[in-house]
Amino acid sequence: MASPIIRIDNIVKRFGPLTVLDGLSIDVMPGEKLALIGPSGSGKTTILRILMTLETISGGHIEVDGEQLYHMKKGADLVPADERHLHRMRKKIGMVFQHFNLFPHKCVLDNVTLAPMLTQGVTRADAEKRAMELLDMVGMADKAKSVPAQLSGGQKQRVAIARALALSPKIMLFDEVTSALDPELVEEVLSVMKRLAAETDMTMLLVTHEMGFAHDFADRVLFFDRGKIVEEGKPEEIFRNPRQERTQIFLRKIIAAGHRV
Amino acid sequence: MIDWSGYLSLILEGALVTLQLTVMGSALALVMAFLAGLGRLSRFFLVRALATTYIEFFRGTSIFVQLFWVYFVLPFAGFTLTPLQAGVLALGLNVGAYAAEVVRGAVKAVGREQTEACTALNLSRYQRMRHVILPQALPLMLPTFCNNAIELLKGTAVVSLISLTDLTFQAQVVRAQTGNTLIPFTTILILYFAMAWVISVSMRWLERRMTRNLDGVRI
Repeated sequence: MASPIIRIDNIVKRFGPLTVLDGLSIDVMPGEKLALIGPSGSGKTTILRILMTLETISGGHIEVDGEQLYHMKKGADLVPADERHLHRMRKKIGMVFQHFNLFPHKCVLDNVTLAPMLTQGVTRADAEKRAMELLDMVGMADKAKSVPAQLSGGQKQRVAIARALALSPKIMLFDEVTSALDPELVEEVLSVMKRLAAETDMTMLLVTHEMGFAHDFADRVLFFDRGKIVEEGKPEEIFRNPRQERTQIFLRKIIAAGHRV
Repeated sequence: MIDWSGYLSLILEGALVTLQLTVMGSALALVMAFLAGLGRLSRFFLVRALATTYIEFFRGTSIFVQLFWVYFVLPFAGFTLTPLQAGVLALGLNVGAYAAEVVRGAVKAVGREQTEACTALNLSRYQRMRHVILPQALPLMLPTFCNNAIELLKGTAVVSLISLTDLTFQAQVVRAQTGNTLIPFTTILILYFAMAWVISVSMRWLERRMTRNLDGVRI
């Protein structure tokens, strides 16, 4: 049995007086595709943001790929991680955002090549070759010279996926990547992600409101409410036969809102 | 009948001095603006404190007094400056303090999500500023920089008080010698306006060039 690539151990996250995550623990196995679902404000996005080091934690430990994320060893003690440690740990993780967060002043190709050239010392020629392969994979190769303002939301998100992949992270985080898209553009992004899940052994964590997609995509589904895991299991179990009342209510509401399961 | 051609060349010499002051003063102001503006955003307290002190001091005291201080008081401390050096120093430091806040504001106006994208892509603080934040902040600074540069141009008139032969000084010389006020002061009015207009037009051109990619849309 392999050991988990992500080990979230009893973490606490407070925003001022508000406790968002209260003693949460999750293990994620290498290559696992994990879907985090639940009502807004339940803390699922916060987990991704914590893993990407966009938030700090108020308590607990996180281990990524065998190393502490927010702590480092100093002699025998575990002390808070410094910027260098975080920099090293971030190499293992990539993230795709709800609002794409592309660099508006750079063309599609430069959006993808910037980080590999700056952080991995890749030459421009190599970075561009790799970027074109990735853009081809997400179906955006013909837009390499366009700037983000000329793209649709779905196209922007596909570029953002290619940009995150360019750094070859072991773990990819997808934070409601289709929530900001017009309905007719959702499918093109989801199909890219399905292919990605099928073709790579990357570990993926997905926060989504697309229940149908979570069902097809994930090996395991976690249902969150108020910072706690209410129920977890295989997609079939959670979606067809939820045991907890809160899960049932949530899924009913989602279906009533017109999402397919 | 007055022979105006000699006086006109006197005024044009003054225009040259004003131009020199404006260009060199703006260059110094630009450097100070970025030093102090980015300094105020530093994570080091001492750097922030230093930048804030500079900005508050030079915004909070009159350019008049600053110029006199640089020109008449500094020599007591062993620094003797030529009138041109004193003028450039006072104008540059004064306008730089205002422009520093422009730099800070523009950097802060670039959305937090851009910073987060940089973190996710593992860029360092420097790389983030250099490759992502500043290129987007620069076009936001330009309209106000244009204001600052024109203010500086008009502010150059105060140097006539430390006997620097700029436009205003020369106009006064001409008035004293000819007894005519209308012609010298109308001439320099037009010259000031023309210079300000050149600044305006070139800044607009620069702004257009820099925002071409953004297409007026922010993501």
